[in-house]
Order: sequence, then structure tokens, then C-alpha cells
Amino acid sequence: MKHLNPDKAAIPRLPRAETITLMSCALVQPLLRRVVRQIATRHPNLFERLGSYRTIDYLIDPIDFPFALHLRPDPLEPLLRAVSRDVTPDAGATIRGRFLTLLRLLDSSEDGDAAFFSRDLEVSGDTEAIVRLRNALDDLDGSIAEEVANMFGPPGRAILGRLRQMYLRRHSAEKLAQA
Amino acid sequence: MTELICPAGTPAALRTAVDAGADAVYCGFQDATNARNFPGLNFTADELARGVSYARSRGTKVLLTINTYPPAGKVDLWRSAADVGAHVGVDAFIVADMGLADYVARAHPDIRLHLSVQAAASSPEAIRYYCKHFGVKRVVLPRILTIPEIRQIRREIHCEIETFIFGNHGLMVEGRCSLTNYLTGQSTNMDGVCSPASDVEYVQDEDGSMCSRLGGFTLDCIGAGEKAGYPTICKGRYIGSHRPEGYYAFEEPVSLNLSHLLPELIEAGVDALKIEGRQRSKSYVRTVVSAFRSALDDIRHGQTPNIADLVALTEGQKETRGAFETKRWR
Amino acid sequence: MTATLTLGPIPYHWPAQAKCDFYARIADEATVDEVYLGEVVCSKRAPFFEAHLPDVISRLEQAGKAVILSSLAEVTLKRERKATVELAELERPEVEINNVGGLYARAGRSHRIGPFMNAYNEATIGWMARQGASHICLPIELPAKAIAIAAKTARDLRLGVEVQVFGRASLAVSARCYHARAHGRSKDNCQFVCEEDPDGMPLQTLDHRPILRINGIQTLSESYIDLLAETGPLMKMGVSHLRLSPQAVDMVAVSHLYRHCMDGKISVTEAKRKLQALCAGVPLSNGFFHGEAGYRQIAMDAKR
Repeated sequence: MKHLNPDKAAIPRLPRAETITLMSCALVQPLLRRVVRQIATRHPNLFERLGSYRTIDYLIDPIDFPFALHLRPDPLEPLLRAVSRDVTPDAGATIRGRFLTLLRLLDSSEDGDAAFFSRDLEVSGDTEAIVRLRNALDDLDGSIAEEVANMFGPPGRAILGRLRQMYLRRHSAEKLAQA
Repeated sequence: MTELICPAGTPAALRTAVDAGADAVYCGFQDATNARNFPGLNFTADELARGVSYARSRGTKVLLTINTYPPAGKVDLWRSAADVGAHVGVDAFIVADMGLADYVARAHPDIRLHLSVQAAASSPEAIRYYCKHFGVKRVVLPRILTIPEIRQIRREIHCEIETFIFGNHGLMVEGRCSLTNYLTGQSTNMDGVCSPASDVEYVQDEDGSMCSRLGGFTLDCIGAGEKAGYPTICKGRYIGSHRPEGYYAFEEPVSLNLSHLLPELIEAGVDALKIEGRQRSKSYVRTVVSAFRSALDDIRHGQTPNIADLVALTEGQKETRGAFETKRWR
Repeated sequence: MTATLTLGPIPYHWPAQAKCDFYARIADEATVDEVYLGEVVCSKRAPFFEAHLPDVISRLEQAGKAVILSSLAEVTLKRERKATVELAELERPEVEINNVGGLYARAGRSHRIGPFMNAYNEATIGWMARQGASHICLPIELPAKAIAIAAKTARDLRLGVEVQVFGRASLAVSARCYHARAHGRSKDNCQFVCEEDPDGMPLQTLDHRPILRINGIQTLSESYIDLLAETGPLMKMGVSHLRLSPQAVDMVAVSHLYRHCMDGKISVTEAKRKLQALCAGVPLSNGFFHGEAGYRQIAMDAKR
């Protein structure tokens, strides 16, 4: 199993888009660290469902985002960080889709299989790792998106509220377009 | 009153189903004793105990699925699943294996016995056998019967009838399928798996097409815009001597949806309607259970049911009424 | 310890005359002791051969073979229920039951349990014995470890116990006819198109890898199961009957190879080489026995 190389991800090569990516990565790193640690502390059960998949590297890739996310759900040292897509890190399992699709999944408002059937969600690598992560997250009551938002108080909740409006609008627009 | 039977793959899904109006939920343990032995899914004994108390306090029943076939030498695991279920107070066992049915009928005579669809009892004689010998109270019918055939069975047997109304549409006779084992070495009947994730691989191409493989065998390749299904052998695309272009030899990726046949099913004497999908998310459970709850309530009040559109949740985003509507399906 | 060699029911829709010729040769030349007759897969096919059954039975019996009649695996329609009940009511010959409806109709009188009956374990075998079973054919996918325990249970209960050692594995049955579907027809309007494929209709993956065979409502393995090398271990486990499932190859020659190999008259290596030559173009497999993917061929020495 190849692992994402943190050093490699940080090597600066300098066209402008990459600079933006690097800057946004740097900005969100502390927030992501806080999110993953709090989720891990609050939901120790989550790791049971992951079984032996706690040290695998997941690449979560919101295609319309400036960066992707690298997740290693290790209960001893949980890792979630932003990585640049240009270094195309080799993950054990990759989940790819538009940001709002991924958010809907995390917000427990869309079914993962349905997103896969409609091709809004693309998965590759170790399929069992993906199924385990999906089932582990789905066993949390309510919505992880909401829980994360709550970590950041009223501003967090406001942002989630806005994002929800966006995905609901896009969803109904797409349904109309299909009909 | 026709009952609505709902899937629960996790404790959170169980609570979701109860809250959405399930009359009963069905679930299983994290091992080979049930036919949805998928990674990261299902219940520990403690989780089941808490699930039972959550459901019971809200008037919902819990049915424990122990519906695979224990291979010789491993029978104890299945028996202890039943013992744990009895201990935490489940309302019924759903079983298929005769040896196990005989055991639970003797060891736990006070707990209802339901005959799993995995037993594939599709004739009155077969159903009577299980009722006579094991005291089966309800049979879950295979998804191969037309409504007139269900009505005929109803007339000839005395136990309750449960039929699937929504979800994955298995093509093969349940409990008689070794397709997965042929390609992977893991058995649907003995291990509770169907196309196990550990053996599934998705290969994405630059042009947006995607191929699914099981145990190294290509099951399907779909173009960029095409909808996807589950990577199961019975929904795969193959080349046949008369079909050099490749075709879905068994069935296209499609799900069962009988929402428009509910009144006919109830009229035919079906006692319980089952939603498939223990492997699905809380979001699926919430949406599908709510939709059927409100449809059944409408019917009970003599109104025409207003059925929500569930096509987005279906495999291949396509629906079928399968065998239920016409025998031409066969 | 040795074992009885049996010939299973013909899974395919061969023309009635071909079946008569086949059984005439089996009667005269094959080294099998017991022959299962009857239509197991599709009730629509049954009438074609029914008229010939009495003659075929007496021909086989005169040649010293025991005859057993096998019942349908899938029973839903009226004619299927009727056929199953009628078969279950027979006094002679012996019957092999492949559907629980048949068990109900047999009501405790002596019978054999067929491979579709899911006799996976000692508890179920014990139950079936108490209900009149005299003989159990184990499911095709049962691995060696479970076969050993099941066989011991069966022997202790004085039941015959049987394992299929040759021929395509039945991997699934359905209510739907896939032969008809391949030709754009439905089951009711199939026009018996399955007759075109005496060894099943081959399916390949989209990248041209042979994978399965369609036989009406049944799905079979592409490979022939071959447990020649495992006949020794099977007999040691107490398996009393070894079943050859008829395929469109020289089944008389297949029966000789198995009999000679079981009797130690030729080596396993020699027998396997000859079998592979007989079944030219068809892969042989033994994965199920070894607890691996069914299509795989596992070398016996590699497992030691």
C-alpha cells in the first residue's frame, strides 16, 4: 500500500493556481485538524465499523474545490488535511464528486448508493475501505456536516445553512431539467 | 392491518426507520449468520439490545435475520445468534435453514418464526412443510410471483404472507445462488455475502467510462453518461452467441418498486410489505420508509395513495414491477 | 473404502431420441451403478421424454443399474406442483426430491435429498433423516472441511451421502428463462430454443473471457467440476456416492476414467490428462472443494 507523502505534497511548484491551492491548504489545515480530532473523540464507535481499515489513506476529492482531502481514520492519530491535486497522491481508496454531492452525503441527505448509481460519485481503489467508511459514518446519528458546523458556533451553522440552500436549489433544478 | 417492514443496517438506521413509521424493522449480526454480511454493517449484541428497547418503547417490532445456511461444523454460531436474539427480546426470527428452524422452534418456542425469502418457498406445499414442522407464522415470498399467484397461495395456506415492495431486485432464486462463490470463494449462502466489496474493483477511464470487476472478471462497462448498478453477476453485461454486442443476460440494473400496486397486494391478502436495503444509508431508509408509510396510511383511510417519486434511489435509476405485474417478465 | 459411481439427471434439453441413445449406451457401457432420470430444470421440457421413461428405466435396470427419479428444482406453476406431487407419490423407483414441496407431498416416506435442497450441515441432515431421507446429495459449493463433517453425520445415521465430482456446477436457478431472454422471447413463448445448446449457451465477459453457461432457467459454471484427484479424500471422508453430471462429452469414457482412478487402476495424473483431452476446450475446476473461487483449479499437492 502506498501512502500519501506529506513532504511531496508540500513541494512548491509555482504556477499561479497552485499558489492559491497551497495558500488555501495552509489556511484550512488547523480547522481540519480540529474537526477530525473532535469527531474521533466523540465517536469512538466509528472505528469499530472500520475494522482493520483504520490506517488506510483515503483521498476525498471534491472536484470543484481548490484542493482535495487526505483522511487517515487512525483512532490514535486521526489525520485530515488538505492536499494539492497536482501531486496526484496514491491513496488506498478514492472518493470523488462535486463538493455539494459530498456535502449532501455527509449531511445524511443523500444516499451513497444512489449517488453512485447516478454517477455523481466516483470511487476507486479498495472498495471495501470505501464501504466501511460509508457505513461507519452513516451510523452516526443526525449529520456529521451539522456536527462540524456546530463546532464553529453560529458562523459555522450559518455557512451550513447557506450550503444546504445551494444544494437543495441545485437538486431541484436538476430534477426539473431531467423532467 | 398491513405491516410495513423496514431495513436497518446500523443502529442509527434502526432509529431512523422507527421514527419514519416502520411497523417492524429487520436486522442482523456482524457475521455470516445473515445475508447482508457486509463490511462495517450490522449489529453487535449490545447494539441489538439497545435497538430493541428503542423500537419497543415506540411500538415497533424487531425481527432478527438469521437467514443464511450454516456449513457443517459451524452450526453453533447460528444457534447462538438465535439465543442472543431471544435474550434481548426480539419479536421474531427470520430463518431459512431447516436444521436451524428445528432448533429455534424447540429452544425458543415463544418467539415467532418467519420463513426467510432465502428458503425460496414458492408453492403452497413448500410453505405448508415449514408451517407444519416448525410452526412458521409468516412466509416471505420470493420475488417471482404474480399477484394472482400470490392470491392463490393466500387461499391455500394458513400463515401470514410478506412480500417485497421496494429495493434490490434479485433475479435468482434466493438461497440457491452460488454465483458469487464461483468467482470469489465467498458464499452467499454460507458467508452471507453477495459480490463482497473486498473483491469488487471499479476501473475509471479517462473518457469517463467505468468498468466494474468481481474477482478479476469484468461484469460491466458503462459510458460516461450511463447510470450504474450494483456490481453483481446477475446484473452484469455479457457477450452471448446470439448477442455479440453484449447484453444484460439476466437483468438490467434496475430496482423493484411496487408502490403503484399496493392496493392490489393488500387486496390479494398480503399481511406485510417489506422494503429491501439493509446495506443502504439512513437517508434511503428515511425517504423510502416515509413514502410507504404515508401511502399505506392513505390507503387505510380510503384515499388514493400519493406515492413519492423514489426513482433516484433505485439501481440504474430504473424501476420495475418485475414478476408481480405480468408473467411475461419470466 | 470405495464409493458408488452415479450419473446425475441430464441438465440440458437434449432431443428425446438423443436422450434414449445416450441412456442405451450408458446401460451397455458406462461404469456407473446408479442413474438419476427426470427433468430437474424446466417443467416445459418434461413431456418430450416422459413417454420414453418406462423403456429407459427397464433398459437401465436390465443392465444392472439402479434408477432414481429426480424432481424439479423450481416449483411454482400448477403443472409443476402436480408433477412434483405425482413423483412424490411413486412407490418405485426411488425418488430424489429437489424442492421442499416434494418433501411435503412425500410425507415421511423414504426418499433421497437432491443437490438443490441445501443440506449444508449436520443439523439439517439430522432433521432430514428423521423425516425419511435415506440419502443426501450435498450442495455443490460445500468445501472439504464441511463435507467431511456432513459425511460423517450422514454415515452415522446410515444415510447414503453424495457429492458431484464431474460436470458443470449449477450456480443458480431462476423463475426467468435466460435462453428465451437471449432470443428476445419470454418463458411462455420460448419455442424450446434451449435445444440449440446441448452443452449450455456460453456467456463471455465484455473482454471475451468465458464465464458462465445458460441452460434455460439455470445458470451453470463455464468450467466442468472435476474432482478426480479428490476422489481418494472424498471416499476417506465417508462419501458413499460420487456423481457425474451428464455433459455433451463422451460420458461413458468419463465414467471409465473415474472408475479406474477410484479403483487405483490408473494414476490420478494419467486420468486427469485423459479427462482434459476428452473435454477439449472446457476448463476443469475444483475451487469449491478447496474453499476457493469455484472456477479455480487447485493442484492437490499445492494444498498439502
